[in-house]
Amino acid sequence: MSTTADRIRHRRADGPKFGPIRWLTRHAQVMVSTLGRLYRRPVSSLLSVTVIGIALALPAGLHVLIQNTRAISSSLEGAARISVFLQRNVTDNQRDALADVLRRREDVANVTVISAEQALAEFKALSGFGDAIDALEDNPLPAVLVVTPASADGAAVDALRTALAGFPETEIVQLDSEWLQRLNAILEIINRGILVLAGMFGVAVVIVVGNTIRLDIQNRREEIVVTKLVGGTDAFVRRPFLYMGFWYGAGGGVMAWLLTGIALLLMHEPVSRLAGLYGSGFRLEGLGFNGGLAVLGAGALLGWLGAMVAASQHLADIEPE
Amino acid sequence: MITFDRVSKSYPGGHQALSGLSLHIEPGEMVFLTGHSGAGKSTLLKLIALLERPTRGTVIVNGQNIGPMKRRRIPYFRRQVGVIFQDHKLLTDRTVFDNVALPLIIAGHSHREIGRRVRAALDQVGLLDKERAMPVTLSGGEQQRVGIARAVVNKPPLLIADEPTGNLDPELSLEIMRLFERFNQVGVTVLIASHDHELIRQLGHRVISLRHGRLVAPHLAYTGGAQQ
Repeated sequence: MSTTADRIRHRRADGPKFGPIRWLTRHAQVMVSTLGRLYRRPVSSLLSVTVIGIALALPAGLHVLIQNTRAISSSLEGAARISVFLQRNVTDNQRDALADVLRRREDVANVTVISAEQALAEFKALSGFGDAIDALEDNPLPAVLVVTPASADGAAVDALRTALAGFPETEIVQLDSEWLQRLNAILEIINRGILVLAGMFGVAVVIVVGNTIRLDIQNRREEIVVTKLVGGTDAFVRRPFLYMGFWYGAGGGVMAWLLTGIALLLMHEPVSRLAGLYGSGFRLEGLGFNGGLAVLGAGALLGWLGAMVAASQHLADIEPE
Repeated sequence: MITFDRVSKSYPGGHQALSGLSLHIEPGEMVFLTGHSGAGKSTLLKLIALLERPTRGTVIVNGQNIGPMKRRRIPYFRRQVGVIFQDHKLLTDRTVFDNVALPLIIAGHSHREIGRRVRAALDQVGLLDKERAMPVTLSGGEQQRVGIARAVVNKPPLLIADEPTGNLDPELSLEIMRLFERFNQVGVTVLIASHDHELIRQLGHRVISLRHGRLVAPHLAYTGGAQQ
């Protein structure tokens, strides 16, 4: 056999060697060129990004609201107090002795004694039932020891509460922060609801991006066919669409960050006015840098996922004929 | 370079495009493929570019039995075959330069290498001054030459063309064929499907004729002029 013929037969279309740097360069090029593609049709890109942004902003915004409510409730929790209502037959001396015993406990920060008379006077003043109460022969109210726990920790407060209930002088023990615990339980439920909502909106983002990419694939049918004809691999054909999905998602994330920021800005003034009425310096906290990054990352990931779904469903169908 | 051994291709619905076709094309040959429309010319070219797979028989291209080739290997195989179409298949939203660069971008060449090779290919087809033009602004002959530049830019050992002069006047057709001859002279195997008998006779290369999916003159196909 002629060696020339051999050489020609074994001459392959030469390609470059692939290293990690070449690989990264390739991806970076596709990343930039797909961004350019989006930039060249700004209106439709902006529409898609806005839809995705709203879908991401709803759960993100609700999350911010819940975080703020939690911040309020935990700041109130520090002020938890336990009211110990004493038996009616407990004498003043017994009452003060018990208060001294409690003051010496390590888990008690402070004890305030409210005598039955003080309680009645306070009730008379605050309830507006003054005349009716005057008609009573006996004071129906017991003496109260208001105990401030040394620790705001829920378990410690619960333990102290049980201990207080164990004294023979005690009639009822009431935790003033019980409503806070209920509020926290409700917040927990709402939080769970937001998670479910976020899941549903996440699916919506995948569908929106998937549909956008599907249309894009159809519009670029010719290009895909030619690319496959001249030796483009499936990965090469798919890559720009995946990066399109990435940009849509990431853009949506930025939009969501922006939208929650604007929403908080709008709420800032009425909230600080309300806080002022309560004499509090409370301020609404936004997503913050990490939260913003998390929304952006979630958007990019969901966008990529949506593009992946569309590409795997529609690219294989387009083959040169 | 190309060997068909008792190759049949039938399409769903029963249409038999090729039946028991055997032929051999040596490396470095230039061969014309003729026959009426429906004789199986396009099917034969599609089998070589792996756009279709044979129903029966063996197709060997550039030393590889391509019939059973795995799907994921096909792109790498196609990079060894330059394909030219009657309708050019250029991307209308990209410049001439970007069209010709596509195979090099796919292969992952560096930016500088791409520029060098694209200009070399455009120079070979005489369109160096049109690299910034959009394909629609070019004449039919120029568009076809862009298609040829794209097919050769990756330096494949085999070029196949399906009616490359189908829409061109005789003068331009001859020009395009001379271009193919120039690539053949530097060692590229060229297979061109055409029904322009006048032009084919004028050029005087080996001719393979198909009728109803069979060779018209089998002895010619085996012992063509270029084979020593």
